[in-house]
This record gives sequence, structure tokens and C-alpha cells, in this order.
Amino acid sequence: MLAIYKREMRAYFTTAQGYLFMAIFLCASGFLFSLTTLLMQSSDTATYFQFLMYGYIVIIPLLTMKSFAEEKKAKTEQLLLTSPVSLTGMVMAKFLAAFTLFFGTVIISMLYYLVLGLYGEPNWAKVIGCTVGMILVGSCFIAIGMFVSALTENQFVAAMGTIGVLAGLVVVAVINGIIDSYFVRLIFDWVSIYSRFTNFTNGIFDFASAFYYISMCAVFLFLCVRVYEKRRFA
Amino acid sequence: MVEVSNLVKAFGSKLAVDDISFSVGDGEILGFLGPNGAGKSTTLNIMTGYLSANSGTVKIGGIDILEKPDEAKKQIGFLPEQPPLYPDMTVDEYLGFVYELKNCKYNRKKHLEEVCQVTKLSDVRGRVIKNLSKGYKQRVGIAQALIGNPKVLIFDEPTVGLDPKQIIEVRNLIRTLGREHTVILSTHILSEVQAVCDRIVIINGGKILCDKPTDSVSSAINKNSRYKLKICGPQREVMTALREAEGVEHVEVTSEREKDSCTFIVESSGTVDIRKSVFYKMSENNWPIIGMAPEGLSLEEVFMKLTDEAEPVSERSKRRGRKA
Repeated sequence: MLAIYKREMRAYFTTAQGYLFMAIFLCASGFLFSLTTLLMQSSDTATYFQFLMYGYIVIIPLLTMKSFAEEKKAKTEQLLLTSPVSLTGMVMAKFLAAFTLFFGTVIISMLYYLVLGLYGEPNWAKVIGCTVGMILVGSCFIAIGMFVSALTENQFVAAMGTIGVLAGLVVVAVINGIIDSYFVRLIFDWVSIYSRFTNFTNGIFDFASAFYYISMCAVFLFLCVRVYEKRRFA
Repeated sequence: MVEVSNLVKAFGSKLAVDDISFSVGDGEILGFLGPNGAGKSTTLNIMTGYLSANSGTVKIGGIDILEKPDEAKKQIGFLPEQPPLYPDMTVDEYLGFVYELKNCKYNRKKHLEEVCQVTKLSDVRGRVIKNLSKGYKQRVGIAQALIGNPKVLIFDEPTVGLDPKQIIEVRNLIRTLGREHTVILSTHILSEVQAVCDRIVIINGGKILCDKPTDSVSSAINKNSRYKLKICGPQREVMTALREAEGVEHVEVTSEREKDSCTFIVESSGTVDIRKSVFYKMSENNWPIIGMAPEGLSLEEVFMKLTDEAEPVSERSKRRGRKA
């Protein structure tokens, strides 16, 4: 498992993928940050995090699209699947590698807060709560992206499919505003990753939502393992 | 060492492997022979745990691949049809990765050096895999299978796409490996198994047609002996004379022709040696034989024979009738 993790990490940085991901992530988040706080002359970060979630819809698939699709195309998965490593180990190694890169980039992006702290008086508890929330959302997105990537051998399809699924999960909250039925709204609200983030932006660390993100992540990683298990029997 | 029993695998409604059973002993080199789509790769993929069978079991060194996959897989080195290489890694990085992946307990540096030496990769260890030639890539694939010193080596068409020199090198390598490992290799080239393997399993349409030691296969398949003759003389007369020679069952003319000689394929009935009688017959007529060589069957002919034997007579005649 460690071997796969190490190989994934090396692959991110021996190809352009890791650097591009970091560059695009930091560019996009930096732009959103200056737009929502510096240019607005506000130290309230709520809008930043909300916009950032929209950014994730496009950025996270860049990270996950190749994870399984490429292995399938290059037939290297045959090596992984015939070596003495469990499927769970393989999926976890790939997830952790993607998560490490994502987490590292988020840590770098925390430099923005420094600027905010120098020139304003942000609510630090809220900033940190939201950052942790966004890391959870990110890992949930990574798991979904990996699941979609495991379904196809085409990286483009993997990326577009992931964008579609993520957009669906986030946009459900927006559609919710125009739905009349209280019952449907309740369900959509429950499902939507975006609605669940509202408490974080209001400065509450919502354990229910945190748990929701973590279990979402676990479910999709589990599905990933199942996809491989099923393929064996196909 | 390897025991495969009653393996069945269907893809949808298509039966790719149909009740295959065979076993491979310690230190044996087994050739798995069959045309494209015969079910060779599927069988090998099931044996290595990449695919699962619908029914049947595979035991490697007595361990069931489904019950204890990790332990069974540790004993297998597998080279799939397309070597599973990461193009962006160097040979050294890649082999190091496989070493870690297989959780080896050897002295890492020494073990990798040994593997590279055996596969003659020492010169390219620092090069990026995508820049290597096809032959080297294949060797990296073989090296990958050797890491961890597994008892069983499974090679799926190891010589496909290599040039003649590389083919000979790979065959020699496999023969050397066969001294210490149990080797199973698949191919669709008859001469390849004859050159390398101790035993041949021929499969077609997911079924085993023949499972015999290499030396006895050709004689078992072909009960008659065949010779290719080059004779100087008038074609028609020579042919009639050949037919009259003692023990000759069947004569045909090939399209090979030189200035004053023709080439014939002569088949004897049973185990009768026709060489002498043919020689005397020709010398009677003063037609010099300028070439005589035993003619093996090509793989296609072997299949035709085996499938014909395997099919019940009624079906065979039906098929012939349809063809006509």
C-alpha cells in the first residue's frame, strides 16, 4: 500500500499534473479570495468559501481523473491487481496520495489569511472552521472523482463525469429555492453538499455535516473497491 | 505446484474458458498453445487472480487463489500480454516500486541487481521506460515478474512483437529460468513451445484439446510421417512413381519450383519409413533426389487435425457438407 502511495506521489511531481493542479488551485483560490475579501474591503470569508466550493467542482477532477482511468488504459492495473495488495489498500493508497496533494495545496493557500490578519480583523474561529470544512468537502469530492475514474478508461470522460456529478450535488441547493414542495426541498437540502456547508459559513462547526462529508467519502471509496471487485467477475 | 481444476469463465453468453483442468509440476516449463481468442489469456488471468472464474479452482503451491489471494499471489510472477509499465518512471524506479509492492524481504540493492543482470537490463537502469525499445520494455516486464523470486512464473505471449534476435534471447532466458522456477507461457507459435517447453497444453474455443509432453505431441498429432522432397525430373511422371513407392499414402505437389526440379510433400501411412523405398524408386528412373526433409505440421494443420478428432463424426461431416 505504501508502495502505491509513494508511486502516486512521485507521479504527481515527475509529470506536470501535480504542479498544474497546485498552480490552478492557487490561482483560482487566490483570485476568489482577493475578489471576495480584499476588493470588497471585508474580512468576512463566508463568500470566499462558498465560491471556492464552486471552484472545487472543476479543480478536483483534475486531480482524480487519471487515478484509475490511466491505470486501466495502460494495463498497469494488472500489475496492481495481481500483486499481494488488497483492493482496499490500493484504493486507499490512491486516495491518500490525492488527498496529500490537495491538503498540501490548501495549507499553502492559508497564506492568504495572513494578509487578511495583517489588514483586517477576521473571525479566526470561523476561518479555521470553514477551512476544515472545505478540506472535508474536498476529500469527499476526491472520493467521488476517483469513483468516476474507476468506471472508465478515458480520462476526459472521467473528468467531465466528475464535474457533472459534483455540479449536481452542489447545484441541488440552488434549484431548491424554486421548488414548492417542502418534502422534496427537505431531501435536496439533506443531500446537497452546499446547503450542508451553510452552518460552517455561519461560524458553527457542524459535526453532523462533517460526519456527512466523511461518510460520503467513505461510501464512494467503498464503491470504488466494489467496482474493481465486480470487474473481476464481469 | 500449480493446479487448475474445472475452470469455467463466461463473458456474457460467450464461454471463454470451458471446464479446463491441468496441473504443472515443480520446475516444469508448460507451453499454453492456442490461436487468438482461444482463452489463453483469460485462463492465465484467472490463475493470477486478475479475473475470477465462474466456477473451478486454482491452487498455487497448494494455496487457493481466491481463499488466500495475498499468499498465493506472492508465489506468482506475472507478465501480462501487455507489460504493465509506467512510462514516466525509470527502469530502476519502476523495479524498486514493484519490489516494494510485492513486499520483498531480500537485500534490495542486490536483488534488483541480480534481476537486471538476468534480464540484461543493467545498461538501461537509469533510462525512462517510455524511451526504451519494445524489446527492452518486454524485458523490463519480465524483470518485474522475477522480482521477489516467485516460484511460479506466468508469461502471456512473451515474444510477441520482438525481432528474431530478441525472440531467441527471450526463449533462452525462459529456458534458464525454467531450471529454478515453474514456468507457464502462452503463445500461438508452435515452434516456440517446441523450442522451450517440456509440456504442451493446446486449447481452442476454451477447451483443452491436447495435454502431452512436447516430444510426443507432434507424433501423437500426426500419426503419419511427412517428408518434403525435391526431385529433378518431369513432374507428372515423378508423381505417379512416388505414388507407386512402397508405403506412400499421399503425394502432393507444392508450388515451389526450380529450373529442373519439383517439390513434393509425401505422406506415409502409419509408422512405415518411406525414405528408402522412395530413394530406390527414384533411382530406378534416374531422377536424382536433391532434397529430403521431414515436414512438421504447421499450427493451423495441428488445429485442423485436433479439432477434427475432437468433434463427433456426424458434426464433422455436417460441417464439411456446409462448406461444400
